[in-house]
Amino acid sequence: MPDVTGLELAAQELRDRDPDCLVGTEFARGRAVLLAAPDRAHAVVESLKGAGYSFLASLHGVDYWPEEPRLGVLYELLDMDRIDRITVKTRVATDAATLRSVTDLFPGADFPEREVYDMFGVQFDGHPDLRRILMPEDFEGHPQRRDFPIGGEPVLFTYNEQQNYGQYQ
Amino acid sequence: MSATSDYRRREESITLASEPAGGEGETHELLTLNIGPHHPATHGVLRLIATLEGEVVRAIKPIIGYVHTGIEKTAEDKSYWKVIPVIERMDYLSYYFNAMAFCGAVESLLDLEVPPRAQYLRVIHLELNRIMSHLVWLGTSALDLGAISMFWYCFRERETILDLFEYSSGQRMHTRYFQVGGVMEDIPGGFEAKLRKFLANMPTRADQYADLLEKNEIVLQRLQGTCPLDRETLLSLSVTGPLLRAAGVPWDLRKAAPYSSYDHFSFKIPVGTVGDNYDRYRVRHAELYESVKIIEQALDGLPEGPYITSDRKVALPPRHELATSMEALIHHFKLVTEGFRVPPGEVYYPIEGPRGELGCFVRADGSAKPARVHMRDPSFSNLQATEPMVRDSYIADLIATLAMMDPVLGGIDR
Repeated sequence: MPDVTGLELAAQELRDRDPDCLVGTEFARGRAVLLAAPDRAHAVVESLKGAGYSFLASLHGVDYWPEEPRLGVLYELLDMDRIDRITVKTRVATDAATLRSVTDLFPGADFPEREVYDMFGVQFDGHPDLRRILMPEDFEGHPQRRDFPIGGEPVLFTYNEQQNYGQYQ
Repeated sequence: MSATSDYRRREESITLASEPAGGEGETHELLTLNIGPHHPATHGVLRLIATLEGEVVRAIKPIIGYVHTGIEKTAEDKSYWKVIPVIERMDYLSYYFNAMAFCGAVESLLDLEVPPRAQYLRVIHLELNRIMSHLVWLGTSALDLGAISMFWYCFRERETILDLFEYSSGQRMHTRYFQVGGVMEDIPGGFEAKLRKFLANMPTRADQYADLLEKNEIVLQRLQGTCPLDRETLLSLSVTGPLLRAAGVPWDLRKAAPYSSYDHFSFKIPVGTVGDNYDRYRVRHAELYESVKIIEQALDGLPEGPYITSDRKVALPPRHELATSMEALIHHFKLVTEGFRVPPGEVYYPIEGPRGELGCFVRADGSAKPARVHMRDPSFSNLQATEPMVRDSYIADLIATLAMMDPVLGGIDR
């Protein structure tokens, strides 16, 4: 993990190239996080990839409800040579949940982005095959959002198949 | 050796080029074949849609989600220590690893120090679990290649490990042995003797597996030179674990970023050379020996001391204190009813599972329940490498490759 100074240096380097690409940094418990502007997240990930963080260890979504903007997408990047991890976090609102896909940089982001789309409803522009991955394709809603209730989903039988199966509202 | 074995070179009638075979303007009909979701060769409920030209796979699309049970969602509704049992059920062959990733994440959120004895006990159980997981993989993979007897031999040793798990925790699978701050209980008397007996036995057994498989012409032809994938493609697809090491990348988090005192032990990281199915088999097989070495060292150097943190805000007080100490009773009551609260923050805690980097992301919002738990399961990312591996190879090699990839659908679908 870069220390606080290393994180600020990395952030400054990114800001020199594009002054509006970052909205802040976070450092806690040895974890370095760059907060990227949603429209620049792809560029930030791309320049970090060029700086050596060439392995996408994980990509996950978070719902920060009731904070706004609600949805967060986190890219856990890894530099295998220096054994260094850095996180890029970007926040989008539920009504404008669109990000540029990083599948052109990391083909391995394919499944994780589909999962974030499935669970949180974040659209990834440029993704080759953005479909639901874990939930059934006719499912409505995005179940990992905090306001999606647990349980109460009707089991599909012949008698109730016409009655809004998969809807939660 | 070239990527094509003799067996394949003799099969001159089928071209492995990406273009459809046949003369000018003539295209062979493509067949779309559905494999699974209920098929013994898919190692779980994995569905594959394969596009075939004759016997050659031209495209493959994995469809997953059949055992999605919403564990990450369930975890958000449970207090931290009640999350451990559900998390363990994600990748059902590496339950200690799931628990370790989650407990490690929560411990770093709490800034909690784990006692050395607990760390060593964790290492012993993690490595036993790694051997157990590799044995299930070896048995079922050999079954896919037609070697039925391997299955019984591997499950015989696996049974010994499960007995050990039962001895230390009372459960054979999903033991809930790891707690936040340490482990549930100290190992019982006699555990060490049983474990030593197993450790003395295991390398010989692994030798026997190797003799059975590596001197078998059919196994060699099915594995050697089939479906290799270079390291650049694997890295770009976020593949980790034995699949990546088989291609020659010595990346193992136990060495690269040691956790739970893995830096105290001397062990090697087996790596392959060309990254074909045979290398994948050899890397996992060699890991059996290394895990045995780690357990032996951990058992020899097992420190004395507490097996769980003495922080009563996190760990339950010992049972005998409840009758004498009011404070212990209060702590017990608070922990059992509400659980402990975790200061707000986010953490990503990666460990080396049997299949690769198993990372647990936990977001705490200050309450007694996690606001988000996400498991970066290695099987999920590794599954993306199926298509580049098996494209333009035979459908029989697809089955062998799938076996050597060792996907666990419980971990993929969560």
